[in-house]
Amino acid sequence: MSTVVLLVVTGLGLGALYFLIASGLSLIFGLMDVLNFAHGAFLTIGAYATWWASVYLPGAGGDGVGFLVAVAFGVAAGTLAATLVELGVIRPLYGRHREQILVTVGLSLAVPALVQAIWGADPLPFPRPELVSGTVTLLGAAIPTDRFLLIAVAALVLAGLLLFGTRTRYGLIVRAGVEDRAMVTALGIDVRKSFTLVFAIGGAAAALAGALGGLYFGVITPFQGTSLLVFAFIVVVIGGTTSTVGCAVASVAVGMVQQFANYYTVAGLGDIAVVIVLAAVLLTRQGGLAKATAGRVA
Amino acid sequence: MTAAEPLVDVADVHVWIEGSHILQGVSFTVADHGVTSLLGRNGVGKTTTVKAILGLVPRTGRIVFAGRDITADPTHAIAAMGIGYVPEDRGVFAGLTVAENLRLAERRGHTPRYDLVHDLFPELARRANQPAGTLSGGQQQMLAIGRVLLNDNRLLIVDEPTKGLAPRVVAEVADAVARIAEEVPVLLVEQNLALVRRVAGQAVVVDAGRVVHTGNVLDLLDDAERTRELLGVSKTSVPAHGQPGGAA
Repeated sequence: MSTVVLLVVTGLGLGALYFLIASGLSLIFGLMDVLNFAHGAFLTIGAYATWWASVYLPGAGGDGVGFLVAVAFGVAAGTLAATLVELGVIRPLYGRHREQILVTVGLSLAVPALVQAIWGADPLPFPRPELVSGTVTLLGAAIPTDRFLLIAVAALVLAGLLLFGTRTRYGLIVRAGVEDRAMVTALGIDVRKSFTLVFAIGGAAAALAGALGGLYFGVITPFQGTSLLVFAFIVVVIGGTTSTVGCAVASVAVGMVQQFANYYTVAGLGDIAVVIVLAAVLLTRQGGLAKATAGRVA
Repeated sequence: MTAAEPLVDVADVHVWIEGSHILQGVSFTVADHGVTSLLGRNGVGKTTTVKAILGLVPRTGRIVFAGRDITADPTHAIAAMGIGYVPEDRGVFAGLTVAENLRLAERRGHTPRYDLVHDLFPELARRANQPAGTLSGGQQQMLAIGRVLLNDNRLLIVDEPTKGLAPRVVAEVADAVARIAEEVPVLLVEQNLALVRRVAGQAVVVDAGRVVHTGNVLDLLDDAERTRELLGVSKTSVPAHGQPGGAA
């Protein structure tokens, strides 16, 4: 029983990490038709900026409020990077999908390479605040505290995205734009502003995933974002590109499948199990789990 | 713009889509009052013409709205100048509720005219919290029309508002179009010639990507032979004054 509880909570924690990455990816693809391979780079930037701030930024640190300041710095860095990428690289290439793929793939390679050139390829130990450094016993299972933090943050981000989608004008524009971008512009709305906002939100969530991923794995590496992005793409395909809730459900499913398959079969088979789930969804429900649900963000 | 000048002046507009030359030098004007109807058989370029005015398709030529050249303007800027668009497929956002669809259409600097919309279409008030995707075709059309009535537009472009609707709903939508036309100029794409006869003043007939006729609607529809030649309808299906029916 305790093993199952441990696997469920750690699966939820991993799913929470995937959700933070995939939610932005899904928003960007759904609204802008941009397959953003550079999304993992925002995660890497968030992770390294958080680490850098915890070491060097006055007022920031590896524990307590200082760690929160470091995370805020990391998220700000990821948000800024995403905004600049949208304005400088993606916007001039709207509608040119091949060029977008090429340029985002280029960024996905260049950013980790740059990070590697500056801080090296070896994993860097990530700060672990006292509050999340131990374990919590739940139904007999000793569960790392940081998993609960991941789950709580992902739930907050999900709630925030849902509120954004239903309670704000920009949220309305994004939801409508995903359905019919041309019609939104025909209502007199400059949808490009929403593109930048969505990219910024996606970058912020990915950078947050970078910081929390550092807690989850204990270390950060230049290509961590790239490897996590693969699973985020799988989540987006399974969850469908039209629903944030679908994205959350798919994230949990992928995290769970990985954890259970790794434990009950052979370590490493979890990744293959996820691909099998992906194939099953594609064969049975084109459009993903959220195919039948109307709307987006909400 | 003086009173004699048209509200819209479309001059030598060409549109290519995926290598096909859809509009081949379309030129016509839309008066600053009443209804100008854009007529023609299926697939001759009527919808592409209105999309070209709105900048929804790449085009060449010159399009002037209210005295200003809008050819190079993006769609959102053109619409914000005061053009309301009801597309052929209604363009309602299925995942948004009726209220959200209307709220989205509110423009800055305009007081939304919910009283007018709900007066014309009380159904929309009753179904405010219903997802638009679950509305009937007629209700979706009411929402699409209601959405453009929220703001003080200078021109409404309405593309086949009665297409695919039940006869009872057609009458309701036709009443709405007639009432709207009393207040704001309308460019109406329509194949229901009874509706055209009822509301339209000027006719612009498009064929194979070119304008082949302009003139008074009644003059055209009263000439059954000419109507058959231009619109492909039989003599018996051209409605006489006051008669229902008559799809082109």
